[in-house]
Amino acid sequence: MNLHEYQGKEVLKQYGVAVQEGIVATTVEKAVEAWHKIREQTGTEYVVVKAQIHAGGRGKGGGVKLAKNLQELKEAAASILGMYLRTPQTPGGLEGPGKLVRKILIAEDAYRPDFDACKEYYISVLTDREKQRNVFIYSTEGGMEIEKVAEETPELVHKEYIDPALGMQPFQARKIAFNLGLSGKAFKEMTKFVTNLYRAFLGADASLVEINPCLKTADDRIIAVDCKMVLDDNALYRHPDLEAMRDLDEEDPTEVEARKYGLNYVKLDGNVGCMVNGAGLAMATMDIIKLSGGEPANFLDVGGTADAERVAHAFEIILKDPNVKAILVNIFGGIVRCDRVANGIVEAYKKLGDKINVPIIVRLQGTNADLAKEIIDHSGLQVYSAIELQEAAALVTKVLKEQVKTS
Amino acid sequence: MSVLVNKQSRVIVQGFTGKEGTFHASQMIEYGTNVVGGVTPGKGGMTHLDRPVFNTVSQAVREVGADTSVIFVPPPFAADAIMEAADAGIKVIICITEGIPVQDMVKVKAYLSHRGSHLIGPNCPGVITPGEAKCGIMPGFIHRPGHIGIVSRSGTLTYEAVDQVTKTGMGQSTCIGIGGDPIVGTTTREAVELLMNDPDTHGIIMIGEIGGSMEAEAARWIKAHGTKPVVGFIAGQTAPKGRKMGHAGAIVGGKDDTAEAKMKIMTECGIHVVKSPAHIGKTMYEVMQQSGALV
Repeated sequence: MNLHEYQGKEVLKQYGVAVQEGIVATTVEKAVEAWHKIREQTGTEYVVVKAQIHAGGRGKGGGVKLAKNLQELKEAAASILGMYLRTPQTPGGLEGPGKLVRKILIAEDAYRPDFDACKEYYISVLTDREKQRNVFIYSTEGGMEIEKVAEETPELVHKEYIDPALGMQPFQARKIAFNLGLSGKAFKEMTKFVTNLYRAFLGADASLVEINPCLKTADDRIIAVDCKMVLDDNALYRHPDLEAMRDLDEEDPTEVEARKYGLNYVKLDGNVGCMVNGAGLAMATMDIIKLSGGEPANFLDVGGTADAERVAHAFEIILKDPNVKAILVNIFGGIVRCDRVANGIVEAYKKLGDKINVPIIVRLQGTNADLAKEIIDHSGLQVYSAIELQEAAALVTKVLKEQVKTS
Repeated sequence: MSVLVNKQSRVIVQGFTGKEGTFHASQMIEYGTNVVGGVTPGKGGMTHLDRPVFNTVSQAVREVGADTSVIFVPPPFAADAIMEAADAGIKVIICITEGIPVQDMVKVKAYLSHRGSHLIGPNCPGVITPGEAKCGIMPGFIHRPGHIGIVSRSGTLTYEAVDQVTKTGMGQSTCIGIGGDPIVGTTTREAVELLMNDPDTHGIIMIGEIGGSMEAEAARWIKAHGTKPVVGFIAGQTAPKGRKMGHAGAIVGGKDDTAEAKMKIMTECGIHVVKSPAHIGKTMYEVMQQSGALV
């Protein structure tokens, strides 16, 4: 689960990590209120207005603006709120439809009063899958894409692995601060910053906390100017407060609905929908759709219990996508019997009636596969049935070809 | 011969009396697996499925000589169950549970690093040596004793491969489902290595998916040490970047964990990579024929 910048900063503050202060707003009026509060706190009229969406590179699409006074704040807030922000990371990139901005963060201009005395760093914590432990990745080259830094100047990207049994040690915090070239007050501040950052990472069960940029201010404080935080879905059960931060507006509504029914659905751009049991087989089914001349319209794992109700929900969800021209159902019945799944499909089909207006290919393999094929074949429905995966692939090709002919 | 589990394995089930544990333990027993008991804290002294229930794993080790454990404990308690099994000296720990927090697994891996246990999973279908022992949730009837070893990160996709292999007339030595999580007990490379060293395994099928670098690591090991033909498949050739595809571990982050990059490395390392999941069994059969292993 992804958090917004302002939510991530809230979490950081709980663990004593210093952040660029800010107040979230959903209207221009609220933004003005926030501006007054920030001015009281910091004594300056300068603020930064930042779009709150789940994507990076917001500045590139005009989603981050500096406002030097109240008038500029109003203009910036009005222009960013309600805009469809396109960034390299929103669906379709800079050419895509963009993401609607519903919230903005009014933040202090942390680079004041002496921009040139400030210095930006990159710091992140994540779990290294290969080494199977948590690691700090950090660099003096803040404010840039770390992938680019790693490619062009790999010697400027440092790593610090944390012992899972012992946790982060003081010498590791010192090492990070020294490697970032800090001394004096800033050095001390940085050791505190990274130590608390690691506590926040563990405390929130995050899979990634990325601070880019992390700023050394003119008066040698170290603060998080931006924060990207990704939480481990598996651990949300022990963090109801963080779970409550989920922003459904940022998620695909169909995917949200699917989750309600216990279906794992990811929308894609293709023309052949699929319904599969098991994540690995679902990905493999998407691949076989492509090899058969189609493009997968979705990933959908129905899980272990493919009963009539679930299958009906799955069909409904797949059919919401107008691009879907055919559906491939691929179930390997191990514990779940294929004849029961077949009955479920027939029931779901009858229940949905004429809502199903595309050809369906059903491949059921495993326990009672022959019986299942018989049920499908004798159902009187417009369903193609198969037992072997290769047969199903051939049927996808055939169905798509016929559609080209008739259209 | 086979790896990890066989007829002699003395198997216990942790989470024995729960719904999942009960159902799958009875399936395992029906298959002929030597299930010697189970563990459910607080229910020690009971008899369940005609077998003794223990409060602790160490009790089960002491009293019925358990050396293998299959874990069906819910996610919040699963990491603890794995460590308990390792502490008790269980040699092969197979964790079926899906949904264990990643940080719990980071701790488990550190805990296991100084102990002699083999952890398979979590979030996996388990391990089966056909005709000898079924330690997991896979459908037993699709398997057949033979000489093809299978390593996979997925559940149903493994069954697909098993079924295809069985239909060619070949069978399986041992099938290892290593699990779909970002951090797993046994990596692809370690599982391949086990099968490569097993005299009863003549060919290996390696099924991977997007995310991480386990397949590349295994491929490099195979290039350096491999002595048997390997057929490989990577699921997720059509998966978009940055989206998690069901499995917690299946997400394309950088350019090296795409299906394409993995398939390229595997091909360069001498693995017979198939593009279509429908061709896994067929290709293994052809490769075995060419290598003269099939007569």
